[in-house]
Amino acid sequence: MAEQNNQILLETKDLQKHFPIKDFFGRKKQAVKAVDGITFQIRKGETFGLVGESGCGKSTLGRTLIRMYEPTGGQIIFDGEDITKLEGAKLQPYHKRMQIIFQDPYSALDPHHNVEEIIREPMSLYTNASKSDIDEQIVELLKKVGMKADDMYKYAYEFSGGQRQRIGIARALAVKPEFLLCDEPISALDVSIQAQVVNMLEDLQEELGLTYLFVAHDLSMVRHISTRIGVMYLGKIVEIAESDELYDRPFHPYTEALLSAIPVADPKLARSSKRKIIKGDLPSPMDVPGGCRFHTRCPYAKPECGQMEPPLVERTPGHFVACHIR
Amino acid sequence: MDENKMTQTGERLLTVDNLKTTFMIHKTKVEAVRGASIHVDDGDILAVVGESGSGKSVLMKSIMGLLPENAQTTADSLVYMGRNLLELSADERRKMRGKEFAMIFQDPMTALNPLKKIGTHLTEVLMRYRKLNKKQAREEAIEALRKVGIPSPEKRLDQYPHEFSGGMRQRVLIAMALCCKPKLLIADEPTTALDVTIQAQILELLKQLRDEEKMSVVLITHDLGVVASLSNRISVMYGGLIMEEGLTDEIFYAPKHPYTRALLHAIPQPTTGVKERLEAIPGMAPSLTNPPAGCPFAERCKYACEKCESEIPAYRQYTKTQRAMCVFTEEELNAMDKEGKADGRTE
Amino acid sequence: MIVMAKNKSDQKRRIENVLSALKHDKLAIASLVFLIVIIALALLAPILPLDPNTTDVRNMFQPPSPEHWFGTDDIGRDYLSRVIYGGRVSLLVGFLAMITCVCVGVLVGTVSGYCGGWIDSILMRIVDIMSSIPWMVLVTVISLFLKRGLKSIIIVIGFFTWMEIARLVRAETLSLKEREYVMYAKFVGIPGYVIILKHIIPSVLPTIIIAASTGIANAIMTESSLSFLGLGIQQPMSSWGSLLQNAQSYMQNAIYMAILPGLLIVLTIFAFNKLGNLLRIFVEPRVMSGEKD
Repeated sequence: MAEQNNQILLETKDLQKHFPIKDFFGRKKQAVKAVDGITFQIRKGETFGLVGESGCGKSTLGRTLIRMYEPTGGQIIFDGEDITKLEGAKLQPYHKRMQIIFQDPYSALDPHHNVEEIIREPMSLYTNASKSDIDEQIVELLKKVGMKADDMYKYAYEFSGGQRQRIGIARALAVKPEFLLCDEPISALDVSIQAQVVNMLEDLQEELGLTYLFVAHDLSMVRHISTRIGVMYLGKIVEIAESDELYDRPFHPYTEALLSAIPVADPKLARSSKRKIIKGDLPSPMDVPGGCRFHTRCPYAKPECGQMEPPLVERTPGHFVACHIR
Repeated sequence: MDENKMTQTGERLLTVDNLKTTFMIHKTKVEAVRGASIHVDDGDILAVVGESGSGKSVLMKSIMGLLPENAQTTADSLVYMGRNLLELSADERRKMRGKEFAMIFQDPMTALNPLKKIGTHLTEVLMRYRKLNKKQAREEAIEALRKVGIPSPEKRLDQYPHEFSGGMRQRVLIAMALCCKPKLLIADEPTTALDVTIQAQILELLKQLRDEEKMSVVLITHDLGVVASLSNRISVMYGGLIMEEGLTDEIFYAPKHPYTRALLHAIPQPTTGVKERLEAIPGMAPSLTNPPAGCPFAERCKYACEKCESEIPAYRQYTKTQRAMCVFTEEELNAMDKEGKADGRTE
Repeated sequence: MIVMAKNKSDQKRRIENVLSALKHDKLAIASLVFLIVIIALALLAPILPLDPNTTDVRNMFQPPSPEHWFGTDDIGRDYLSRVIYGGRVSLLVGFLAMITCVCVGVLVGTVSGYCGGWIDSILMRIVDIMSSIPWMVLVTVISLFLKRGLKSIIIVIGFFTWMEIARLVRAETLSLKEREYVMYAKFVGIPGYVIILKHIIPSVLPTIIIAASTGIANAIMTESSLSFLGLGIQQPMSSWGSLLQNAQSYMQNAIYMAILPGLLIVLTIFAFNKLGNLLRIFVEPRVMSGEKD
């Protein structure tokens, strides 16, 4: 795996992304607080895994980080520069440095375009190279993601899910980014294909020195690929730690429950381990519980949990938790 | 091994022998299932494991008789509780569904009618299949919802599907399936669309119901973790055929078929060091319109030889409960690994 | 650029899809043939031995015969020639009006759908307003200001029937906007008009094609109504519509005068719809037969 230095590539300070719900007259009635005050850092060369269940805001966080969505509050700092409010031509160079690969290989690529057009699209904005030069680069990229040069003029529908995902990765790498947001890139793929794509991402990271934010809900895969992992619940990060540390010594009750809920592919282990099953359903992101957001489902909740929101603090070196009790 | 089986009679419930299902689409023949054989005993939780295109869903729908008109099913034997399903008329088959076996599907979001109350979904089933009157049906419905762990069932009967979360809806579907006390529940990827914590709840529920209702379950899935925690027997399906079957412990700890072994090595294993490089399976699933002449896994198999590609291998019985469809024995496979004779077809 | 592929296998597949659709649909083949004939006749009319204008009062109201295949009209003119020349006008009006209609409709629809916000609101209000004015009133008023004739008819039809297409296109654009490949293009900074041209329009093309074939049909019908009211084509030029209008008075003794142009209108509209369907199949980038999972 890539050598880690402690240089921070991307960080946020109290980042917020709220989606307003307008009433009949267009006035703001309520908001879906998808990302509600998140402060954390991603280091250069690492793979930061972001996990959480549906509605926790992990996809929104990722997309807001790369300025695909506009933040409604807080700051985003990329490589030392505050990019929160940049627009137009000033923001353009950063789109070259931050790229994204999507979950659904079927809607990530335009069905009317062939591979060459798909990969050329981001390149067209950043380079003045001649067409044949660009084509050469595209062929190189295709080879790097394990595809063939004569795939270049085929259309997306002629490929399988795994291959389309590779095309998406080639497209993202075309502009030579430093940071790649992987938004659930393997969830829609078969198990045997997932391993292909994960291995490829790891190889590419080592070869090109990339930094990944890996948003996913497959917790075993996230542990495998990530250096550090952040756990999200209802718009906030509740725990951050190195991946092995998180799985072996989780502090936050939600992380505990999440981890114990993962079905383990080992029958003896599955039979012997006791599951911590959390009761109840996820509260709606429009109606977030006061105080610690998890307190309504937490088996250890005390009165103070419902009153004050716990800050994210470093409990042991490198291990951050937002909990009053642990 | 006995910890896996619960205290039920162990008698044979379902026997499927050499089932083949073909679809005709625009004059093209699509061979979805090419000769699959499974069996379910009372008290089993059988997991049918496979990836997309393996034919596992079609297999179960063929057994239930839920296929569209352009599908044709043949089998050497398709017997449920002594009744030959192939000899039944469509009507008789329909009557068996819901009463003898029930099926729950993958996506709880779309399986319920958004215009009908939850209570109506349940009472309809009860009144039709168990011939209850409205009052009795309503009481049974409340009891069913309680059994699947939905709090305040009396109130929730009058709510609509959109007022329920994904996990709750799946519970409602399970309640509906249980209404007529089937002996066999077929669950087609019941937790794939759900979050991991909700998935844990549903899996616990299925185990509990198997014990309380004396039901057997066929679980269709691609998630080996779910399989390990729930099932006592496994059938591994690929390219329309059952590659290997056996007890859960046998499959996980002593897999005999190259596909099973490859699958186990392609997922991060908690015990074998999670950070180790995954062993990817190169290539893609075989075509269903033009299936290969030999073993369907041959073109991706690192042990494949010429014989593998020319004819479909016969089953080799390893123990009373485990068998695999492969030209090579386990010892031969291990030997090839050691000698590095495998052509190293990894990514 | 958008539809043509460097990819030979893809082009082959598209042509195969169209051919297979043709094979299964005898009517589609007949429609294609019919259209080719009609359009050929319309285009070649000037060099064919037709004479739509010479009157011959002695031979009025002659039913179809070997000398006059379509008979003669109320002042003895050869009806076949009049119908063919009428077809020229009708097809021209239909085609040009449809083009105008589609261009305006697609422009408004894509811009409105893609930009959203106040641009969308304003454009859609304009659409609403224009749709709510009773059409006949509008046309009558406009025709007071425009000179009667071919150009005016095309303008009137083209600029007052685009609203439907705009709504359709806007609806599709709204949903396409949420596709990830569009979000990606926007994210990397591709300008809006390029996204509309390269990503939105190719996907909306099937809808546009169907709308266009309906558009031609509507235009021909509309032109007939206008001519019926006397607001359209003026004598001695004729269109199928004006021929129909003229034939009204003579239904009793020369019913062929109404049937012939009427039949041609119906057949042409039907044929254009079939053509539209074939074009749509060509434009679809997917395989025809679905694959079972």
